[in-house]
Amino acid sequence: MSELKSLYQDIILDHNKSPHNFKKLENANRHAEGYNPLCGDKYDIYLRVENNIIQDVSFEGAGCAISKASASVMSSLLKGKTKEEAEELIEVFHKLVTGGVDPMEELDRLGKLAAFAGVSEFPARVKCASLAWHTLRAALENKDDVVSTEK
Amino acid sequence: MKAAAEMYAPATSRRSFDVERVRADFPILNQTVNGKPLIYLDNAATSQKPAKVIEALRRYYREENSNIHRGVHFLSQKATGEYEGARKKLCSFINARSTGEIIYVRGATEAINLVAHSFVQEQIKPGEEIVISEMEHHSNIVPWQIVCEKTGAKLKVVPINDKGEIILEEYEKMLTPKVKFVSIVYISNSLGTVNPVKQMIEMAHEQDIPVLIDGAQAVSHARVDVQDLDCDFFVFSGHKMFGPTGIGVLYGKQEHLEKMPPYQGGGDMIKSVTFEKTIYNELPYKFEAGTPNIAGAIGLGYAVDYLNDINLDDVYIYEQDLLAYATEAVKKVDGLRIIGTARHKTAVVSFMLEDVHPHDIGTIIDSEGVAIRTGHHCTQPVMQRFGVPATARASFALYNTRDEVDALVQSINKAKKVFQ
Ligand SMILES: Cc1ncc(COP(=O)(O)O)c(C=O)c1O
Repeated sequence: MSELKSLYQDIILDHNKSPHNFKKLENANRHAEGYNPLCGDKYDIYLRVENNIIQDVSFEGAGCAISKASASVMSSLLKGKTKEEAEELIEVFHKLVTGGVDPMEELDRLGKLAAFAGVSEFPARVKCASLAWHTLRAALENKDDVVSTEK
Repeated sequence: MKAAAEMYAPATSRRSFDVERVRADFPILNQTVNGKPLIYLDNAATSQKPAKVIEALRRYYREENSNIHRGVHFLSQKATGEYEGARKKLCSFINARSTGEIIYVRGATEAINLVAHSFVQEQIKPGEEIVISEMEHHSNIVPWQIVCEKTGAKLKVVPINDKGEIILEEYEKMLTPKVKFVSIVYISNSLGTVNPVKQMIEMAHEQDIPVLIDGAQAVSHARVDVQDLDCDFFVFSGHKMFGPTGIGVLYGKQEHLEKMPPYQGGGDMIKSVTFEKTIYNELPYKFEAGTPNIAGAIGLGYAVDYLNDINLDDVYIYEQDLLAYATEAVKKVDGLRIIGTARHKTAVVSFMLEDVHPHDIGTIIDSEGVAIRTGHHCTQPVMQRFGVPATARASFALYNTRDEVDALVQSINKAKKVFQ
């Protein structure tokens, strides 16, 4: 049960229950849709990027607690970030959930994201945690098509 | 039309079914997962193997390994004998007329592809139709879509009702002269529904339409008699009936198999080869090109022995009781909805829990040692039919117990608590 605790952290449960920025962004100028065909998780990520800075962000969709909380926490971190900073976050998050960084040593850089450290102990759930982030990357690149975890 | 789905119903059990003795036959069950005793409820995906089957594989590789049908030496003859012996066992297991009707394949999937390729695609014309149901496994959808793409034929899908039962009136309406083939699942892997296949075969035969039955989920839960069903083809996988992976059976009526061209060319499927003319081997070898899964076939023969020893009639009665118990038990969980409530079911309980996603349920109850499957179970159209992205599915086998059902319910309640 202790490992499980470290997967379903309170932050994750809270964000799952009341996700932040959970709506369609009316004045978005970037959008991408992420889909995991294996479990049916599906999210739309909306961004408003001006002068290389993410002015606003939102998401919509449905999926498991891990994928939804991940999208929610992600959205709460992006406002005001440059495209490069966002890409760096994507990199860090990816390393975190695949066990590539020690969360204790990187607490500063990780902040709230550290809540997802437990995911690396559950290989079957890495895709759930990563879905929103893959989609974010596609939105930043303005690829307005569906990104799938299975491609 | 008969209203009730008539179904396999064995006479009352002659012997009592001793589940503890059965459990002792399956070494894998005797272990802990995450510090808890393993509770394996993913039998619709694959079943565990009794020691008898594992031992047969080991013995084959240690003492008998050699290629079959080719050698005059001692080992080759021994392996050939066991390999063909297993075919005889399979032949009587499903009551086929002769061993020529038992084709070894990799599994249900390959068997369906073989029939799609060598039987249906050979004959069907543009505008003609193939009928399947809304509850088919992807392996009984995609091969037909490929045939349709190649030939211009059309795929027709019989709808299911809210309980997860095929709507027979719709099926009857669909059986027009355009229909050249019907392919239907016997027991649904995601809903547990037992379809009235005997009746459906009869209805198709009245229009001279041949029928394939996907028996992947049937053979480990109830006795199957292909002559009684009168199906034209019947397919199943060894690994879902306590045998090895990579081996399965295509049963086909001899009259069909004889007319069908080979599926693959190679060694063993020929009588003689010259560059001018090749003469194909007789049944069943015409469809068995190349060195087959010898160990798998032999192992599957032992799985058949195992099922014969414990008696599938007793298994059926035992599992029906377990299903009734499990259904009542999970229903008591607040907010739990069972997907698939057909009147005739095998022991499969697919469910949704309020707004807890099936994957989260799966992960949490795994930490309690309980293995279930979450996802679409290779039946995405069923998920669409019920408007859910996925379900959590507990699927039982002859070695599962009421205590395990209780542990399942406890672990579901734990999952609920995490998400309160
Ligand atoms: C109803 C049904 N049909 C076909 C299959 C395919 O079996 P296999 O993957 O062994 O070929 C399955 C396996 O899940 C099944 O449940």
